[in-house]
Amino acid sequence: MQNGAGNGARHRGDAILGIETSCDETAAAVVAGGQQVLSSVVSSQVDLHARYGGVVPEVAGRAHVERLVPVMSQALVESALEDSDIAAVAATVGPGLVGALLVGVSAAKALALAWDVPFVAVNHLEAHLHAAFLDEPSLELPVVVILVSGGHTMLVLMEDRLRYRVLGATLDDAAGEAFDKVARYMGLGYPGGPVIDRLSGQGDRDAIAFPRAMLHDGWNFSFSGLKTSVINHLRRHPDAPIEDVAASFQEAVADVLLAKARRVAAAHNARGLCLAGGVAANSRLREVTLDACTADGLAAYLPSRAMCTDNAAMVAAAGWWRLQADGPSPLTVGADPSLGLPED
Amino acid sequence: MIACSTAAVDETRALGGAVAAVVDTGDVVVLVGDLGAGKTAFVQGFAATLGVTAPVTSPTFTLANRYEGRLVVNHLDVYRFDCPEEVNDLALPELLDDGVTLVEWGDTISSALGAEHLSVTIRFGAGDNDRSFELCSHGESWQRRADRLSAALEPWVSPC
Repeated sequence: MQNGAGNGARHRGDAILGIETSCDETAAAVVAGGQQVLSSVVSSQVDLHARYGGVVPEVAGRAHVERLVPVMSQALVESALEDSDIAAVAATVGPGLVGALLVGVSAAKALALAWDVPFVAVNHLEAHLHAAFLDEPSLELPVVVILVSGGHTMLVLMEDRLRYRVLGATLDDAAGEAFDKVARYMGLGYPGGPVIDRLSGQGDRDAIAFPRAMLHDGWNFSFSGLKTSVINHLRRHPDAPIEDVAASFQEAVADVLLAKARRVAAAHNARGLCLAGGVAANSRLREVTLDACTADGLAAYLPSRAMCTDNAAMVAAAGWWRLQADGPSPLTVGADPSLGLPED
Repeated sequence: MIACSTAAVDETRALGGAVAAVVDTGDVVVLVGDLGAGKTAFVQGFAATLGVTAPVTSPTFTLANRYEGRLVVNHLDVYRFDCPEEVNDLALPELLDDGVTLVEWGDTISSALGAEHLSVTIRFGAGDNDRSFELCSHGESWQRRADRLSAALEPWVSPC
């Protein structure tokens, strides 16, 4: 903390403490001016939930309570700022698990009151849209963001920091959910994404022609039929090499995501494609995104794994932009588990 | 018990829609079946019959989705619940009062759902898209509706 005074003086007025507890990551970060990440601490609960095959709400809530204070303290220490240097406290208010969200929202409000600084309510999906900017400050808009996670799958045309339109979304299962459920059926454990990604590396992605639902039909997605198709294949061919099944399944997901993202980008003259959300860490999705951008003359924005998955730096960044645009949020704003992306 | 079968996911939706024709606020439908059996498809048809126009998406991540139609439709997924007490997180009593509630993997928390409910068990059939259904009425209000339910499900009733 020795250089705290110096840094504090430099950042006084624009450093925001961000808090993220919407699902199974307890995270806190300090970001200056909506751009400069001074610290970002994430404590993952994946191990806690793995034996249940998914996030258990009660377990998540309790773990957030235990972890949030140490995580926030660490974020402040690593930022080399003093409490008094924090200009506002931003927290994810939704969407997410209500019992998990409440932990971060309550902590943020308490700190905002104690420090006499603004509280900023942040939409988790909007925070994901801001994540890429932290890795790529020169990101050129408009971009089509492929926002893919365990709970969400959407194509968002981002025209400005706080101006965007959801042009497509899943009609049933989220992409990450399809990974989790296929992995669960194959007995590969939770979370499904990383293990399927790893197995796919040794498999033939053209081995099985799994369906590409709604490929030429609008901008929405459907992954439920793909999941069922994989299950049917495994029921018929119990001895099918799991590497080939994994690779062919992953290819079908990546294929349909990119096919639609490219069409949206062309229709709206976007300058690039950007990945966001936990599934954006998938190596094949990154590869096909890069290939598509090269083929179409678009910029490819592939944030680091740390920025794709849930973190609080993106919450602090989105909070900074929201604070500039809308001012402080009232303390009466509560957790909203089914909050949608605000569209103007 | 009523045994039914369908041969396509659209038929599963239609069957769900037929069940919705006999429900009212406060009813609980418990859905049991492996991954890919068609639990969410059943709910999609069910909700459509009740006038829900929003897309009915999987509740796996959020645990509970709520839709407004002619009746409120609550769609829950409790696969990851460890014990019945965890339904407190979902404010289950308030949900049950407020609309019709469908609970995927609901057999794990049956003690919290009360005696009055319809259970729907879905199994894979011989062909990829074949599914068999067992619908069991539990409690007085469902027993009273047994004839209406049978009539509504007539197109899909399996020959004995």
